[in-house]
Amino acid sequence: MATALRPSVEEVWHWLSEVPDPEIPVISLTDLGIIRDVEWRDDTLVVTVTPTYSGCPATTVINLDIEAALAAKGLGKVRLERRLSPAWTTDWISAEGREKLKAYGIAPPIDGTAADGVLMKRIDRLSGRSNLTIACPRCGSANTEKISQFGSTPCKASYRCTDCLEPFDYFKCI
Amino acid sequence: MATATPEATVDKAALLEFLLRTGDNALVLGHRVSEWCGHSPVLEEDIALANTALDLIGQTQLWLGLAGEVGGRGRTADDLAYLRDGYEFRNLLLVERPNGDFGKTLMRQFLFDAWHYLLLKALKGSTDRRIAEIAEKAFKEVAYHLERSRDLIIRLGDGTAESHRRMQEALADLWPYTGEMFVGDASDAALAEAGVVPSPESLKAGWDEIVADALAEATLKRPADGYMHKGGRRGVHTEHLGYILSELQFLQRAYPGATW
Repeated sequence: MATALRPSVEEVWHWLSEVPDPEIPVISLTDLGIIRDVEWRDDTLVVTVTPTYSGCPATTVINLDIEAALAAKGLGKVRLERRLSPAWTTDWISAEGREKLKAYGIAPPIDGTAADGVLMKRIDRLSGRSNLTIACPRCGSANTEKISQFGSTPCKASYRCTDCLEPFDYFKCI
Repeated sequence: MATATPEATVDKAALLEFLLRTGDNALVLGHRVSEWCGHSPVLEEDIALANTALDLIGQTQLWLGLAGEVGGRGRTADDLAYLRDGYEFRNLLLVERPNGDFGKTLMRQFLFDAWHYLLLKALKGSTDRRIAEIAEKAFKEVAYHLERSRDLIIRLGDGTAESHRRMQEALADLWPYTGEMFVGDASDAALAEAGVVPSPESLKAGWDEIVADALAEATLKRPADGYMHKGGRRGVHTEHLGYILSELQFLQRAYPGATW
């Protein structure tokens, strides 16, 4: 195959930035930070993906979506590879992705507080400081409380705003 | 960080034994916890339990997937989960204990999480790169599990007279199954020597500390160390595992190779 017919990896990255996450469709796979690498190996395009959670049921769907999106662009020889290390962290969610989450009603993860084994304790302590509050994505109030450490998907926790009383999902830090 | 992969030098049988033990703990506990789905006292906890089970099943796929590779007989994680008999399972007896009430399920989770957390933390530095990578992934999830189970046993222990009584009883029931986590055998010693895994004994002090700290906050009394049940790690199980497997394996046993 002539090299000229190949789309550049930059172009492929752009295509992947248009593939929505199956569970939170307002953000893309690249916003989520799970596409770790895109490269040509001979005539095969290799896309390296890291799982968010080891048991996340969306992983299979994500792989299918990537293959379908690239097939739609005319790429037939695509191989997906799984990379476990370095493990995915919510710190990799893009700034744009965080804004999209907030607009969608999900409080974005607090950057830089990813897993060290004392997550919630640390967040509870840190949330005393205004810039690290888990704010209500609807009214912006800092008066929020945790309902449960898990939410509607493995990546979220349940919170409630004590001002506007709306329950909301918080994209938990890992 | 891992420096080398001693695949050639480490005893394969010992490595397989370790991977089965670690994968089976996640599989059996994941199954037990999934039994709560649709039965929890409140919706949020139902979701939390199901998500915890999901994390554990995901980790099972990683550990048993690697066990299949190391075993060299072409077995997949599914083959290992669905087609082995009880005596081939290597999980701790603790994780096959029946769920009991919500408090007992959480107490079992806490006692296991505290150990699992320390094990994975040590495994992140394994000389086997594949083990270190799985541990790095699983550690983050388990750190989160430990926070949740610790928080809940404190809330229930230091809750009402009734919840306190139930948590103290759960602790007394489960305590004799905790000793098995810290007793190694020749296979553990061989892997520990090669820096692949920590020796089981080395995790005891850290576990004692996490448990003592949480129990104090939960106003629960640590039971005296008496007789400790052992056997799961070498395939000698309680009757409960058979019931778990009859449900877990039914489909693949009745309809071999079924997919959907």
